[in-house]
Amino acid sequence: MSEALPPFQTFLEDNRECVWRFLRGSVGAVEAEDCFQETFIAALRAYPRLRADSNLRAWVLTIAHRKALDAHRARSLRAVPSARAHELQGRREEPGERDPVWEAVRELPARQRAAVALRYIADLPHRDIAVAIGCSEEAARRSLHEGLTRLRKELAR
Amino acid sequence: MSDLLEEQLRRGPSAAHTEGGSTAALELLLERIGSEDLADVVYTELDSPFGPLQAAATRRGLVHLAFPEQDRGETLALLARRISPRIVRAPRRLEQLRRELAQYFEGTRREFEVALDWSLIGPFATRVLRRTASIPYGGHLSYAEVAAAAGSPGGARAAGNALGSNPIPIVIPCHRVLRAGGALGGYGGGLERKRLLLELEGALTPPLSG
Repeated sequence: MSEALPPFQTFLEDNRECVWRFLRGSVGAVEAEDCFQETFIAALRAYPRLRADSNLRAWVLTIAHRKALDAHRARSLRAVPSARAHELQGRREEPGERDPVWEAVRELPARQRAAVALRYIADLPHRDIAVAIGCSEEAARRSLHEGLTRLRKELAR
Repeated sequence: MSDLLEEQLRRGPSAAHTEGGSTAALELLLERIGSEDLADVVYTELDSPFGPLQAAATRRGLVHLAFPEQDRGETLALLARRISPRIVRAPRRLEQLRRELAQYFEGTRREFEVALDWSLIGPFATRVLRRTASIPYGGHLSYAEVAAAAGSPGGARAAGNALGSNPIPIVIPCHRVLRAGGALGGYGGGLERKRLLLELEGALTPPLSG
């Protein structure tokens, strides 16, 4: 076990807002709450085995990214047609919270969605985005670029 | 480089509502960690006449009680290093201690019943503090007597050091150990507090007032 890992509570306070915003962006307000819990419960279980010099933020966002993927998969398994799901999602958000940019982000393919959320919400450099998604730095850069291009096209409609 | 889209993305999802938006989710998370017993160390702040005390417990029992002026970050770092970094704030797990401490300070409780975890205490200090723990409410022993009981006659100074580093003051009543002539000696939390605890227990007569 390492000497210098911060107490879990400190790690939690330092990263909760960033994880929350990432999840809000990538799965929406309704599912963000479950994903948030699942992320930090998984992090708590694995925590003592971490090396003290790990990049804790990139590490926890890797977990959050996986939980967000699970949520997206579960949603598509429920086989609600996308437009309908969208409508449901929109209705369950508080009034005045419609957010076309992030709704468009949630419609992106998984890797692009994650790259965009990690870059702009979590402010991760390409290297850490690659770690979180589990791809090369070059591939992360490409996903981000493709995601932005697609968003511009969607939002220009 | 930055354009409108990037600016909007950087603002995050519905910016006005997200700042601090994780607070409710965090409370639910801590509740779940507590109820599923997922943390190795839990801590909370408890009221006392001295100000807030920070109490930390493992699954075995109370392991650390810190006075108000002790640095919370340092305390948690110590617990992370010596016990486990799986530390979270969980007030409910320390409910029994909260009750017992309140009763103690009201003068309606003479003994603590909460379980203790001795793992921060070394072997010699354990012998000293075990003897100390058996001094009854209102009573006292001398440093030399405690040292002798710990198998170190003549080790009054070493016993004093062990008492001074007691990680669970008040509950392990190191304030009940005095100099041979009855002088207060020392106290990790400051002599004023030692005096106050002894007065509360009726072991010292309060100074006469005007």
